Amino acid sequence: MKVKGNVFKYGNNVDTDVIIPARYLNTSDPKELALHCMEDIDKDFVKNVNQGDLIVANKNFGCGSSREHAPMSIKAAGVSCVIASTFARIFFRNAINIGLPILECEEAVKGIDAGDEVEVDFDTGVIINVTKNQTYQAEAFPEFMQKIIKADGLINYIKSTR
Amino acid sequence: MGMTMTQKILAAHAGLDEVKVGQLIQAELDLVLGNDVTTPVAITEFKKMDIDEVFDKSKVAIVPDHFTPNKDIKAAEQCQCIRNFAHQMDVENYFEIGQMGIEHCLLPEKGLVVPGNVVIGADSHTCTYGALGLFSTGIGSTDMAAGMATGQCWFKVPSAIKFELTGKPTKWVSGKDVILHIIGMIGVDGALYKSMEFVGDGLKHLPIDDRFTMANMAIEAGAKNGIFLVDDQTLAYVNEHSTKPYTVYEPDEDAEYEQVFKIDLSTIRPTVAFPHLPDNTRTIDEVGDVAIDQVVIGSCTNGRMSDLRIAADLLKGKKIAKGIRTIVFPGTQKIYLQAIEEGLMKIFIEAGAVVSTPTCGPCLGGHMGVLAKGERAVATTNRNFVGRMGHVESEVYLASPAVAAASALVGKIVGPEDLDKE
Repeated sequence: MKVKGNVFKYGNNVDTDVIIPARYLNTSDPKELALHCMEDIDKDFVKNVNQGDLIVANKNFGCGSSREHAPMSIKAAGVSCVIASTFARIFFRNAINIGLPILECEEAVKGIDAGDEVEVDFDTGVIINVTKNQTYQAEAFPEFMQKIIKADGLINYIKSTR
Repeated sequence: MGMTMTQKILAAHAGLDEVKVGQLIQAELDLVLGNDVTTPVAITEFKKMDIDEVFDKSKVAIVPDHFTPNKDIKAAEQCQCIRNFAHQMDVENYFEIGQMGIEHCLLPEKGLVVPGNVVIGADSHTCTYGALGLFSTGIGSTDMAAGMATGQCWFKVPSAIKFELTGKPTKWVSGKDVILHIIGMIGVDGALYKSMEFVGDGLKHLPIDDRFTMANMAIEAGAKNGIFLVDDQTLAYVNEHSTKPYTVYEPDEDAEYEQVFKIDLSTIRPTVAFPHLPDNTRTIDEVGDVAIDQVVIGSCTNGRMSDLRIAADLLKGKKIAKGIRTIVFPGTQKIYLQAIEEGLMKIFIEAGAVVSTPTCGPCLGGHMGVLAKGERAVATTNRNFVGRMGHVESEVYLASPAVAAASALVGKIVGPEDLDKE
């Protein structure tokens, strides 16, 4: 599977409070959450994001709370993939579990700037920066996680094994 | 090669003699926890599996604590959703308003988590219970749903950092200062994906409440879990609160640690984390002149009896500085009642503080103490991210109950030692 879009770039330690502030956690409706995605770090994000766009960030993306509303809001906002140097561990699990594609790739994070057009091939982990004509290789997921990803999330995976 | 405490507990729950760092395992769960924010999403996912019942109704705990007592209609609907589910599934450990508390204060008090357990909770501060020598970690709603359905969760076996604690903290230094010091030292991703294991002679000077505070904030260093060696204090606490069987695990002598830090507790100063990350720490001596608007004392980090006693000790017979709003919120109903019986509530109210029912509200800017643009709070809570307690241009300074109470009296950030000088 391949995705292509333009990049929104952020720094270190993007926390779940800025991805989806707690004041909006009185709902779990993805569409409603998407309206406030990234609001406290980039108030124009929702206005500017297009279906298929990517988020690229430095280390420890998604640190803080366990709220699955964070990857849910990103996915529902139309983001096709998040690339970071590292992810906070609960965000990492949550993204895999709900089928939001994420990749860890330091090299891509260094090379990609805001607004670049980027293409990602999830089968190979190859990331192509179309704007800069560069290619990066992300680390592959362990087989067990690939099964969850292929099943489009943990719930479907469990259903398929029962 | 030997195993750490965490690795031994995970191996035992995966039916294995040995596990190695990085190994993916499927572990049996002793408890699955959720709250009013995370459980509604888990219920939606649970229903997709077409399962009629939870794996064990005595091993699921649901606590409405975040936006409760219901702050608005949407929050009321979320609570109604989890209440109905708990009743339908006959969940034994559902705690209604009136019996509840902040989840991470409540579960140990109810004896639901004991040494050697594996516990997951759809709340990042689930790592709190590691204070009692068990593996507990925060997960998301989908993991909670899967855990409720299957009684299992997948884990990647973590490596570990060892913290060897020696010495005795000075009078006004608590577990909060120790953990802020550590996070300041290793950074908000300093223990990413890893265990933080706390051992050493210094443990005898860290009461269980202080250990809960420290394990609670392991997540603020990115850790998978924080865990303390079990000692006489742990067993006294567990025997007082629980009748559940437990197993004590100690690390092997040849257990492998990625890093070892030796920390002399007697050298740690009261410590404050400045905005907007918990690792942005300074000792109280380096704080400078920071005027405040609000003081928050409580939360899953510092809402226990010893925290309230320290705050009351400083506030007794004194008045909170003019214009400073001080909110005290005890961790559970039991703590609330005991604080009344010990006369602490009288002290707080006479000093000019407001006392709230147990809730997570103020900590995450949910309700009961939201900050306006430009306002500053000193809080005994766990996070000071941008907008954490309200407006995106408000600020949170994390500190111990002693520093928070002293600051309330002066109207700027000060340590208890500074009170005599004012």
